[in-house]
Amino acid sequence: MSTMTSRRALLALLCIASPLGAQDTTHAVRIGLTYDPGTKPGVVVLPSKGLGADSIRSIVQRDLDFGDRVSVMALEAGAASDASRANVPNWQMLARLGAAAAVQITSTAAGLHLAVYNVATRQTALIRDFPAPAMSEMRAWRAAVHGLSDELQESITGSRGTARTRVLFERTRRIWVVDSDGEQLASLTESGTAGSPAWHPGGGMITYSLLVPSQIVVQDLSNGRARTLASGNGVFISPVYLPDGSGVVYGHGVDDGVDLFTIALAGGSGRRLSVGRGSDNVQPTFSPDGRRIAFTSGRAGHPEIYTMDADGTNVDLLTPLEFGENAYRASPDWSPDGRSVAFQSRIGGIFQIMTIGLRDRALKQLTSDGQNEEPSWAPDGRHLVFVSNRSGVKQLWVLDVESGRTRQLTRGAAVRNPAWSPRLSSN
Amino acid sequence: MTRRTTALTFALVLAAGGLDACRKKPEPQPAPAAVPVASAGEDHREDSGAAMAKRRADSIAAANTASVARTEEESKRTTAEMAQVLAQKVYFDYDRDVLRDDARAALDSKVPILVANGWVSLAITGHTDERGTAEYNLALGQRRAAQVKRYLEGKGITENRMTTQSMGDSQPAADGTDEAAYQLNRRAEFEFPSNGGALVRPRP
Repeated sequence: MSTMTSRRALLALLCIASPLGAQDTTHAVRIGLTYDPGTKPGVVVLPSKGLGADSIRSIVQRDLDFGDRVSVMALEAGAASDASRANVPNWQMLARLGAAAAVQITSTAAGLHLAVYNVATRQTALIRDFPAPAMSEMRAWRAAVHGLSDELQESITGSRGTARTRVLFERTRRIWVVDSDGEQLASLTESGTAGSPAWHPGGGMITYSLLVPSQIVVQDLSNGRARTLASGNGVFISPVYLPDGSGVVYGHGVDDGVDLFTIALAGGSGRRLSVGRGSDNVQPTFSPDGRRIAFTSGRAGHPEIYTMDADGTNVDLLTPLEFGENAYRASPDWSPDGRSVAFQSRIGGIFQIMTIGLRDRALKQLTSDGQNEEPSWAPDGRHLVFVSNRSGVKQLWVLDVESGRTRQLTRGAAVRNPAWSPRLSSN
Repeated sequence: MTRRTTALTFALVLAAGGLDACRKKPEPQPAPAAVPVASAGEDHREDSGAAMAKRRADSIAAANTASVARTEEESKRTTAEMAQVLAQKVYFDYDRDVLRDDARAALDSKVPILVANGWVSLAITGHTDERGTAEYNLALGQRRAAQVKRYLEGKGITENRMTTQSMGDSQPAADGTDEAAYQLNRRAEFEFPSNGGALVRPRP
């Protein structure tokens, strides 16, 4: 018993000493495990005391779980208290569990304090403090916790999480937003004719379309202020921001099909990009470098995915043309790594989510349960949010493309047109 | 009291009769023929003459009112009938904006009414069934409305009398996920400002 105590004291000393070395490399810190989809590193989130400790712990556990890169390990009640006694991890118990890392988060006066321990080396891998508002400011406080989760995942796996992101979508023709974990649902528009929301690359603004009177709107999320960017006769639909955020590309048409136009945020008039000759050209999505646009076009008689240069030249059919009345490919979303485009394709009369490689044009079907539509990539390029009727009513679901794991994001009335945000720093 | 009421009624009736007389073609007044008969009496002459005149005026007014009402009713009926033809929806095949024979027939029946009522403007709204993506459906609805407009233009209806818009799949006419419901939803609808204005029947 006394040897045990002295050993703990020694470990405690080691723990106090080691952060000094680790702090310099906060951003590049890794625990030394390389990620392997077959064997996800086990992580124990240790209980801690203090205000909101249980909430913090459960939010972080869920964030790590939703990240699909680590395996969150549960502790039995007795082990839990034992594991965090004296603020020193119980290395033996953690090793027995097979955990690769242990994590402890405590709330401080200024915010949140994070400690990450490497079980194999019995070293502290990362100590970091995160500013956080009062818990009463629920949305901002949760955002701070999600930000901690993302950094935590990066410190363990080398790949930053996407917990601090939000998803825009359309429900009863109003625009809504929900946190990546399905919490903090809020509506952003009054109008009953809003649709097709999209994020500004900075995450602080959104754009969407109104049917009546038909127009493209841009809205500042910090103050809710909205203004019309383009309007007139006919339809104004499916706006997306330019990758540098300086303008918007959208679909517009009156009596001669719908083409893609571009307009600067500063104003002016729209400039036509696509030459659809009476066909419908909608749903633009930029390559991450901003040089190409993928979009849906009906120029071949039914919707297929095409690509073109950002100025509208060099049009190319991306999806292999399928013959027959039932062919229908739409809703392209360019992956954040630039290598593939996700889209929906009708297979056996039902829509499914697919990806196509830009280089090899290899097709991959990602869903088969129910009807699945309108994919949008998470900034990690690994998760997709999409609309599925697999539970009856059309809801948002999240798919981990690598493991095939899915989770339901929304509940309630039917939804459509999700758009996953970039990583968010504030708001 | 009674006297005053009678006098007032008389005045009103005369006024009404006068108005009617103004509106109608001046006819030879049959009244003088009756007056001499009335004038044959003595003390009651005046009274009975006035009463007769009133009875006559009353019956004329009643007949006029009935005829105005008849005309109004008929006009209303015609307006409703014409409005129904103008509002008749046209339907489309799946993912198509091509006008089928039934759609052409429905549009053809609107043309003479639009020609006969030059003041009427037409708002054409294209709709789709729920299948497919919201955006593509909005574009498809717009194409359907445009196709209808083009067809009517070809029949001589001037372009500036028609506007087009699309609601995509956002306003289904029928609930359900079967072909019967889908067919009812793949449509173009027509609205026109009535403003209480009457529509006339085209000349046969």
